[in-house]
Parts: sequence; C-alpha cells; structure tokens
Amino acid sequence: MIMFLMLYFGKSFGFSNNLRTLCTMCGADKFAPFFQFNWKTQSWNLFFLIGAAIGGYIATNYLTLPDYVVGISEETIADLSALGFDRPEGYVPVSQFSLEALSSVKNWLILGVGGFMVGFGARYAGGCTSGHAISGISDLQPASLLAVVGFFIGGLLMTHILFPLIY
Amino acid sequence: MKNIKFLIAGTLFGIIMFKSEAASWYRIQEMFRFQSIHMFGIIGLAVGIGVPMVAIIKKFKTRDFSGAPIVFHPKAWSIPRYLIGGTIFGLGWALSGACPGPIVVNFGAGFVGYLVVLAFALLGTFTYGVLRDKLPH
Repeated sequence: MIMFLMLYFGKSFGFSNNLRTLCTMCGADKFAPFFQFNWKTQSWNLFFLIGAAIGGYIATNYLTLPDYVVGISEETIADLSALGFDRPEGYVPVSQFSLEALSSVKNWLILGVGGFMVGFGARYAGGCTSGHAISGISDLQPASLLAVVGFFIGGLLMTHILFPLIY
Repeated sequence: MKNIKFLIAGTLFGIIMFKSEAASWYRIQEMFRFQSIHMFGIIGLAVGIGVPMVAIIKKFKTRDFSGAPIVFHPKAWSIPRYLIGGTIFGLGWALSGACPGPIVVNFGAGFVGYLVVLAFALLGTFTYGVLRDKLPH
C-alpha cells in the first residue's frame, strides 16, 4: 500500500537512500563524488523519513497499551534466554536500546557495528528491505532477489554463528 | 506544501511498521530462526500485492497523480555487488535488529539506542561512498 502511494506520487519506494542524502547534507560531498548531487531533489524522501519517526511516536504513545509485549514464539524466547536475554517485556529489549544501556561499551559496539554494516551494506547492495525485498521483487528484478539472498546469508550467519560468540 | 503528502505517507509507514511488529528486534530474531511465519507473512503479503500491482501499472501504463508516467528503474546485474553488499547488510540487520526504516521508527518511538544505530549507519554509508571506486561492483 505504501509502495503504491509512493509510485502514485511519482517516486520509488526505498528508505536507505535517505542515508546518502543525509551524508551529503552534512558535507560528505567534499569527500567523495558519490555524494555530489543536489540533495534538495531528495527532500521528499526526507519528509517520508520524518513521517516514519512521527509514526513510531504516534504508534507507541497513542495506539499501544502500556503493558504491550511482542508475542514472539516460545522457541525464540528459549533461544534468546540461552543467550542471556530476559523474556520480552515490551517492543525491543531494554537491555540493549534504553538510555541506561548506553553506559555499556559492549552495547555501543553492538549498536555501532550493526548500524555501520546496515548503512554500508545498504548502499553497496543499492537498497535495503524496502527497495529490494519489497519494491525490487515486486518488479521481478533478479538483482533484488540476489540481494535478498545476501540479506539472509548475512542474517543467518549473524544469528546462528556470531550471536553465540557475541552474547 | 507539496511535500506534506510524503510526510503523511511516512507517518502511515511508521505506524504500520510499528503495529505490524516488523520494526521489533524480537521479530527479526524470530525471523532469522524461522520460528514463526509472522515476518514472512508481512513481506509475502507486500510482495503478493506488489507483483500484480507493478504488472498492472506496466500493462496499463498507469500515470501518477500529476499525469507523468510511472517509471521503474531496472537494476544492473552484478553478482559481487548484491551478494557481498547484501550479506553485509544482513549481518547488520540481525545484529542491530533493524533495517533503515525501522531504525527511524524505533527512534521516534523513544528507544534512544537507535540514535546510535542511525549515526553509525550514516558513517557506514559515508565509508561506502568514499571506498566506492575500490570495491567490486
């Protein structure tokens, strides 16, 4: 539905392009030709990004009960507790994403390295979940299918092999 | 203001992402363990609607609201680019539990850790931009 709206507005649906735009706005165009473009042509997508944050705010504050817990399967809860995670108590683990969690160096590393790979990988692969898995596959693009295969190779490697080493 | 519609579309996107739990770290962990159909259902539904939608738009040459034709941009084929780039993205997706959209949605929802993820995602994008010519594409 969102993809239809964006196509109807004459744009293509892909979220991670915003990261490049934000880099350019911060002056990255002085360092690499990749960032030399008129970021104002992408401002529509930044409005989409601001909207996404507003949507998250509205959803959590006005559309969700305070005692709400994500209902993942018992198997996942068991696997996560083996890694040292408590039973879910909300939307994301507080041990990792709360303000207090930022006092841990290890958490900074997890969030920092994770974020870095998301930003680097999304641009290298030319798109993220919205651009490849949703928009690209809807257009039956073989490149997008390969990118999604890559997403899962990376995700499975992290979840099954690296997680037990990290946590 | 012509950008207001994108702001509204983004807000809808944020609410849908949050309420469908697609932005939840827990759901991503569950997805990579294949322990529920939840995430596959969401992606499958989007693609299930998307494929016929794109096909119809192409067949009937549907125009957008301003009357301009809707164009799709085919991606040039390359194995290293999508396989290596995709794998790096996947590693980060599982580690941080969020892809770019949900990073912003979660930050809006008040989970400050995602501000760190977002800052480093920008650094990652910047690094890619600088190294671009040296990477296999």
